[in-house]
Amino acid sequence: MGSTTRSSGAAARGGARRGGRHRGPGALAASLAVGALLAAGCATGTGGDGGEAVDYDADAPVGGELVVAGFGTGDEVGAVRLATAEAAMPDVDVQLVEGDLDVQQFLSAVAADDPPDVIGANRDQIGTLAARGAVVPLDACLEGEGVDTSVYRDSALGQLTLDGALYGVPEFNQVQVVMANQQLLDEAGLTLADVDGSSWEAVGAAAEAMAVREDGDLQVIGYDSKLPEFLPLWAQADGVRLLSDDGRTAHLDDPAVVEALTFAADVYARQGGFSAVKANRDAQDFFGAENQFATGVLGAMPFEQWYLNVLDEVSPDAPVVFGTVKTREGEPVAYTAGSAWAIPAGSGNPQAACRLAVTMTATDTWMAAAQARVDAVEADGRRFTGLLTANTEADERIRTELVEPQDLPEPWASGVDAVYAAEDASFSFAANPADAEFTQAWQDAANRVVNGQMEPQESLERAQQEAQAALDAAWAEWDERG
Amino acid sequence: MSAADARPGPATGAGATRAGRSPRPPLSRGARARRRRDTRAALLFISPWVVGFAVFTAWPMLYSAYLSLTDYDVINAPSFVGLDNYRRLADDPDVVLAVGNTLWYAVVQVPLHVLTSLGLALLLERAGGRTAGFFRTAFYLPNMTPPVAVGVLLLLLFNGQSGLVNEVLGWVGVDGPAWTTDPAWVKPGLVLVSLLTTGSSVIILLAALRDVPRELYDAALVDGAGFWRRTLRITVPMISGPLFFVTVIGTISALQAFTEAYTAYFGAGNSTYSNDAALFYSIHLFRTAFEYLQMGYASAMAWALFVVILLVTLVQLRLSRRFVYYEGDQR
Repeated sequence: MGSTTRSSGAAARGGARRGGRHRGPGALAASLAVGALLAAGCATGTGGDGGEAVDYDADAPVGGELVVAGFGTGDEVGAVRLATAEAAMPDVDVQLVEGDLDVQQFLSAVAADDPPDVIGANRDQIGTLAARGAVVPLDACLEGEGVDTSVYRDSALGQLTLDGALYGVPEFNQVQVVMANQQLLDEAGLTLADVDGSSWEAVGAAAEAMAVREDGDLQVIGYDSKLPEFLPLWAQADGVRLLSDDGRTAHLDDPAVVEALTFAADVYARQGGFSAVKANRDAQDFFGAENQFATGVLGAMPFEQWYLNVLDEVSPDAPVVFGTVKTREGEPVAYTAGSAWAIPAGSGNPQAACRLAVTMTATDTWMAAAQARVDAVEADGRRFTGLLTANTEADERIRTELVEPQDLPEPWASGVDAVYAAEDASFSFAANPADAEFTQAWQDAANRVVNGQMEPQESLERAQQEAQAALDAAWAEWDERG
Repeated sequence: MSAADARPGPATGAGATRAGRSPRPPLSRGARARRRRDTRAALLFISPWVVGFAVFTAWPMLYSAYLSLTDYDVINAPSFVGLDNYRRLADDPDVVLAVGNTLWYAVVQVPLHVLTSLGLALLLERAGGRTAGFFRTAFYLPNMTPPVAVGVLLLLLFNGQSGLVNEVLGWVGVDGPAWTTDPAWVKPGLVLVSLLTTGSSVIILLAALRDVPRELYDAALVDGAGFWRRTLRITVPMISGPLFFVTVIGTISALQAFTEAYTAYFGAGNSTYSNDAALFYSIHLFRTAFEYLQMGYASAMAWALFVVILLVTLVQLRLSRRFVYYEGDQR
C-alpha cells in the first residue's frame, strides 16, 4: 500500500478538523476511495505535506526522515522506548530534537510549513493546538495501525478528544496521592485517615495540630493543600468538575467550588496564612536529602506520584506514609495530567510519525522501558515503584510482573497501592480550545484568595466570567471554521 | 547708514547664519565624482545597520501595526477586525490592573534608581587609589548577572522567613514583611532588587562627575559652601544632562519591566504562584501573545505601550528645556 490521495487544500483543512472526512462535490468519490482503502485493511487520515490524505497501515513499511520534537532520552525509560521505536522502523532516520516542546516555536514552524514530523506535548496543550489546526486527528492513524484505543485510560483520552476527534496518543500519566510524615501524625495523635481528605474538618484540625510556629515564623507546615494547582482536585472531591464534559462550560462559580476553595485556603489560614506556608516551602530542599519529610517540617500534602521515587532515592528512611486522596464520601480521587504524541499539520512523514507514536506507547515498549528502570534502580540498591502510563494494559503488566514480585516493604508497598488506586479513580478536563486561559483563570482565582486579595465567592465569579468568555470566543472560532 | 550698521554682526540665529553664508562655489567634475564615491562608500558602510534596522525593527513594527488590526493566532491567516483590539484594551480588567502596577513601579523605581545611582557615583568619585577600580567593578558586576538569575535571586533574598534581607532587618530589630507573597510588599521587593543593577547608570554619572570643572568647586569652597550645597548647586546642575538621560532610559525601562517579575512570579516554575501585584503590562502582553496566542490583541497592547512611552518621553524632553543644562548652553 502506501499510495496517497490528494485533495484540495480546503477539503484537506476540513479533513484535518473532522477526522479526515471528505465533503462537498467530491464526497462521493472520496467515500468510494475511503471505502476501498478500508476494505484493503488500512485507514486514511490527514497529516502530510499540504494536508493531503494519508494512508495508515500497520503492515506497510515506513522510511525517510522523521524529526521528533518534545521528547528526551535523558533516562533509561526514554532511551529504551526511542530505541524500540527505531528498531521497529529500521528504514527511518529518526532525528530527535531533545527537550520540552516550545509551543510558540512549534506554531511558528507549522505556520512556516516546516514543522517537526511528530511531537510530544502535554495533554492539556493538545486541545489548543488542535483548535488552531496545528495538529491533525489521529483516529485514522490508530485505526490503520490496528490500535485498540480501549487500552488507553478514559481520562487521558478525554484530554485529547476535541469535538469527537482524537488528536493525540496518550503517553505518561500523573496522579496525586496523599503523603504524610508518620512521626508528626503520631505526635499529634492522628492517622493517615485524618489527612486523606475524606473529612475536611479533620484536615483543617490536623493542619493546626501539626503546624509549629515560633517567633512568628512557621517552622513546620501542618498540611499543605497545594493551592492553587490542586483546586480541581478539591472541587472534584466536593463533587464538581471545573469544566463540563464537552469542554464548553466553566463551573468555576459553582457553590461546591467556592466551598472547596474556601476549605483549601482555610487550611493555610489556620497555620498563619499562605505567605507563611509558601515562605517555609520555598526555603526547603524539595529534591534533596534534606526534603520536607526527611527534616520533619511538613505534616502532610497531596502530591504527584513521581515524588515517591524522589523520596526513595534521596531519603529512603524518612518516616513517610502514603494513601489515596479521598472525596468527602471517602472514595479515592485524583486529577490526572500527562503527555501525549501528536502529528503536526504538514508533517513530512505522517506514516512514520504515526508508527513512532504507536510503538512508543505500546504495551511491549512500556514493558521494555520498565525493565530497564528495574535494572537501573536495582543497580543503585533501590526499589522500583512502578511506571505510570495512560495504557491500562501496560500498567497492569508492569504492576504484576515487575512491581509486585519485589515484595516491597512499607511504606513503598502501600504507596504503590495508593498510586494504582488513584489512577483508577482519576479524572481530567475535556480538551478545549482555550485551555491556557481557562487554567489561568482558576489559578488566578485561587491565588487572589490565598494572597488575601479577594473572598472565594468574588474571586471565582470573576474567574468564571474570564474563563467562560475565553471558552466562548475560542469555541465560536472553532465552530465558525468547522 | 553708519559704519557700525554696515558691519556684519555676530550670527545669532539660523536665519542670520544662512544669510551670512557665502554661496558655495560650483564643484568641479572630479570633485563631484569623488563626492559620489564617498557617498556610495558611506552608504555601503552603513548598509548592514540599515538592512538590520529595516528587517529586524522597522518591518516587524509595521507588521505588528497591521496585526493589531487583526485577529491572529500564528497558525491561521490574520482576519481584519478594525479597531476592536484597541477597544478591547479599555474593557480588559487585567490591562487596568497591569497599567496600575506598572505606573506604581515606574513612579517609585525611577527616582530611587536615579538617586541611588547618583549617590553611588558621588561615593565612587571620592574613592581614590587602587580601591576605586575595585569598587567600580563591584558596583557594575550585578549588571553582568542575567535578569532571570536576578529574578530567582529575588525569591531567595526576599523570602519572608529565611531570606537574607529579613535576616539583616532582624539584626536591627525589624520584623521584615513577606516580600514575595504579601501583595502589599511584592512591588517594593521588585523595586529593591532592581536597585542591584544600577551599575550602568553609576558609570554614566561617574563619567559626568569627572567632567565638572574643578574651579567651580574651588570657588564654592572659598565661599564656604559645604558638601550638600556644592552637590545641589554645582554637581547636580552640571550633570543634569546625564541625569536626564538616566531618567529617560530608566523610565522607558520601568514601563517595560518584565524579566525579574516574570521569572519570580510567572515563569515556568512559578506559574501557579502568580501574583496580581506583580502583573506588569509587559507580562500581560507576553502572556496574551505567547500563552494565549492572541497575537492581534497583543500587538495592539504593544502599540499602546509604545505610544505611552513616546508621550512620556516627549513630556520629559519638554520639561528638560527648563531643568537640563548642556555644555555650550547660553543660559
